[in-house]
Amino acid sequence: MLSPGSGNTVIKSKLIGRRMFLLTAAKAVVLVGVVGRLISLQINQSTKYKSLSDKNRFREWKLAPERGVIKDFFGQEIASNEPLYQVHLVPENTKNLNQLFVRLKGILNISDKKISYLKRVIKKQKPWEPVVVSDNLNWSEFSRLNLFLHELNGVEPIVSVARTYPDNSSAHILGYVSQISAKDLKTKKYLKNLSVPGMTIGKTGLERKLDKEIIGQIGFQRYEVNAFGKRIKEIQINEGQAGKSFKTTLDYEVQKYVNELLEDKAAAVCVMDIYNGDIVSLVSAPTFEPNAFVHGLDKKYWDSLIQNGKKPLTNKAVSGLYPPGSTIKTLVALSALENGIITPLDTFRCNGKIELHGEKFHCWEKKGHGIVNLRKGIQRSCDVYFYEVARKLGVDRLAKTAKDFGLGKQVLSDFKEERSGVVPNTKWKKKFIGQNWYIGETLHSGIGQGYFQSTPIQLCLMTAQIGNGGYKIKPRIIFEKNNNNLRDYIKYKRENPDEPLPNDLLFKNFNLQPLFNDQKNINLIKDAMYSSSNEPGGTSYRHRMENPKFTFAGKTGSSQIKRFTEEQREAEVKQIELDYKDRDHALFVAFAPYKDPKYAISVVVEHGGSGGSAAAPIAKKVIKKVLERHDLRKAQTNLTDKSI
Amino acid sequence: MLQQRSIHSSLALKDRILSFDYILVISIFILGIVSMFAMYSTDGGEFKYHTNSHILRFFVFFGLFFIISLIQIRFWHNQSYIIYILFFLLLLAVKYFGLTSSGSKRWLDLYFMNLQPSELMKVGLILFLAKYYHRISIENMNSIRYLFIPIVALVAPLLLVATQPDLGTSILIASGGIVVAWLAGVRIKFFIYSLVAFVALMPVAISFLKPYQKSRILTFLNPERDPLGAGYQIIQSKIAIGSGGLFGKGFLNGSQSYLDYLPEKHTDFIFTLFSEEFGFFGSIFILFLYALIISRIIIIGNVTRSTFGKLYCYSFATAFFIYVVVNMMMVLGLLPIVGSPLPIMSYGGSSMMAIMFGLGIAMSCKVYKDSPVN
Repeated sequence: MLSPGSGNTVIKSKLIGRRMFLLTAAKAVVLVGVVGRLISLQINQSTKYKSLSDKNRFREWKLAPERGVIKDFFGQEIASNEPLYQVHLVPENTKNLNQLFVRLKGILNISDKKISYLKRVIKKQKPWEPVVVSDNLNWSEFSRLNLFLHELNGVEPIVSVARTYPDNSSAHILGYVSQISAKDLKTKKYLKNLSVPGMTIGKTGLERKLDKEIIGQIGFQRYEVNAFGKRIKEIQINEGQAGKSFKTTLDYEVQKYVNELLEDKAAAVCVMDIYNGDIVSLVSAPTFEPNAFVHGLDKKYWDSLIQNGKKPLTNKAVSGLYPPGSTIKTLVALSALENGIITPLDTFRCNGKIELHGEKFHCWEKKGHGIVNLRKGIQRSCDVYFYEVARKLGVDRLAKTAKDFGLGKQVLSDFKEERSGVVPNTKWKKKFIGQNWYIGETLHSGIGQGYFQSTPIQLCLMTAQIGNGGYKIKPRIIFEKNNNNLRDYIKYKRENPDEPLPNDLLFKNFNLQPLFNDQKNINLIKDAMYSSSNEPGGTSYRHRMENPKFTFAGKTGSSQIKRFTEEQREAEVKQIELDYKDRDHALFVAFAPYKDPKYAISVVVEHGGSGGSAAAPIAKKVIKKVLERHDLRKAQTNLTDKSI
Repeated sequence: MLQQRSIHSSLALKDRILSFDYILVISIFILGIVSMFAMYSTDGGEFKYHTNSHILRFFVFFGLFFIISLIQIRFWHNQSYIIYILFFLLLLAVKYFGLTSSGSKRWLDLYFMNLQPSELMKVGLILFLAKYYHRISIENMNSIRYLFIPIVALVAPLLLVATQPDLGTSILIASGGIVVAWLAGVRIKFFIYSLVAFVALMPVAISFLKPYQKSRILTFLNPERDPLGAGYQIIQSKIAIGSGGLFGKGFLNGSQSYLDYLPEKHTDFIFTLFSEEFGFFGSIFILFLYALIISRIIIIGNVTRSTFGKLYCYSFATAFFIYVVVNMMMVLGLLPIVGSPLPIMSYGGSSMMAIMFGLGIAMSCKVYKDSPVN
């Protein structure tokens, strides 16, 4: 029974053993393969997989840095930050988006329009990218939200900071901030690594000019996240760095005061320290509400800004272009004196008009001014006198002086909205208009009409450089440190009246650049401006200040919008009788106090009529205010001097 | 001879216990302990449901392993067909009373556990074929007539499992059966014919595949095809293993599993988790334990006298090797994700039960190595 079976068993065993041997060999091969794979993954490619694992594991959330603060000369914050309560939503952390929005609507005040907008944004983004549901909650909304937070998966309350401005008095010069646009990302290189949801950048004004430095360094929070994108724990936090803060030369009190004066007008005012070029005030009216831009503008307000004929968004002080009108007469006279074309005592007769090649050139005074010399010409702003002077001077020499005094080019640097205006000459006309210059156009240029275009800040600089005795200054709005070469020079001159060094060398020592050949000429102009403001018959005599502390020397101007027809001229139509749009712009420039000049001012009131009646009264009030604050400003300057 | 047999059939309990292969027992025990640590890690370093039930199951089925070891091999030989039929009936029961989870019907609700009969069938088929080839003579081995029963015994459960659907387990069941037939001496040409038939039937088979199964195969061929979808598992598993490096990230520090990047970490991807936390050396240690277990079973096959014992041990060792290697190659990105647990390490009662049952019979072969089965 057993023997055949056992024989069979032996053969079977041998067969099985042989085949098992083959199988075992195959197993060894496979095992080597598995070990090889382990070596390849865990040893050879371990670095690659470690970094992939970290990429899985960590996710970073960028933190918007705090914007630097902008202060006025006295340390008052004119652009600061306030805590901001936001609601972000991370779509992937929520199960039912529609349901969540319904819940949120019950808690916060969100419109259906906003919800459908958010849904569109969510569709475009990656599911773990947060969207800003509401970027400016008040405290009670924010605390209510926190109360319901446990049932709102995916909703994240965020406390951050946002730009805020105390009021709109400096809206134009400060500019405004707003959300980064796709275009900004493309055009501004410094934003490359700075894009964070809810972050704002400067769009205009100083906010734009200083953006690079004021914006700060971005921070980040690194979290360990699980496969569903849920934050497990915070690994690292980098708060980022708040942006640099800046001190400006502006005086917030003056800004506010000027704003009140300009209410309901389309106007611009610029006030400048005539020695160091510090801009004390720069206001454009009407103004706008810069805080409205921070959290996304509502369309109604935007439309009201855009449709307003007085153009509230334009900074008229630096981008408004106006023919300088009679304010240019100071430079026409100076240029003629400097070039030896006239002497102060040369006279012309004004009959109310002159004729040149058959064309009539009218004086604003229909009756005429009679015999006019330089002082009277500026005092009364006699057009005929300046027609004659300009004709003798020629437009090219006038243009050179005008350019020297700062017309026709930008005054501030890196101010995107600033415009350079036009100082016409024969070459300019050939190049830009393609025609030869007519002598008649020289006459128009002589009274600041025709092709002449200037900004209020240019006119202020021009006046400052006359007021300071004819030295070039570089206007500034960002305060860095006190440097006042011109003051130092004047002080030195007073203390050392017998200084043997010639003027050129002295100027060089004090790093000054005079704009005159003979300072007497400058003084003649200053004197004529004094008479214009303070002697009977002067164009702004009615608005003079008798207190010598505030006495100013100025020049009126009005830039024509529409030429008078002969009929209007005959009918002696008054500016006030014209349509608002057809009235002249009223201009006034001045420096003050006359005895010891400190500040220059320019005022432009669009369609204000004549400079004497519309612009001078404003200038008078501003000058008073600025001079009243001069001692404070001086004390502040000394304070900063000591601290430096 | 008769005397000898009677001695062996009535071995004292003490002798039986003494004749255990202790290297095998210890290897299994160590692997069990290691698996508990791995499970503890999948629960995020806490004794939670998976860990507790895994520990319980390991000890219960480790006990089962001893009990089965102590029962005569002859009994297992005699009951082989019955066992097979029992498992087959269970598979049939699944078809009608089974529990459905994630689209496939694999489990029977036994109240105290959910039984997956397909896992038991892995061992059941080996037992059945070992007995079958033990009984037929070498001359009949390659006659078509005698090939009929093995083919039916193999294909019937295969179809039941494949239509659950559970492609992975059905392939593993088939591989066990084929190994028995090959070891018993069935000619190579039959395997080649089967292969040709299989390839010819492939297109038909593919048309029966569920979309997710097709996608898995395509994904295996190119994991980056769909990195957030089907390729996700392979990619994340490779990242976990690769990032483990030489020494691993440390116990409970496997970020891939802890942060849920790793799918199925309790079951199919338990090796990935271990490999991430214990690195290359840890992986080699696990491989070594498995190699030890397999080689001990082969050695039992060498020393056991009966053809049934040899066939069973060799086949079971080879099948065990296939389970281990298929799982590892799967998580290493060398094979498509087919869903096969790693013996002993993976969470799952049925798999643990089947493996311990299979190991128990192997140990019984050792204890009764000299006793004939019929």
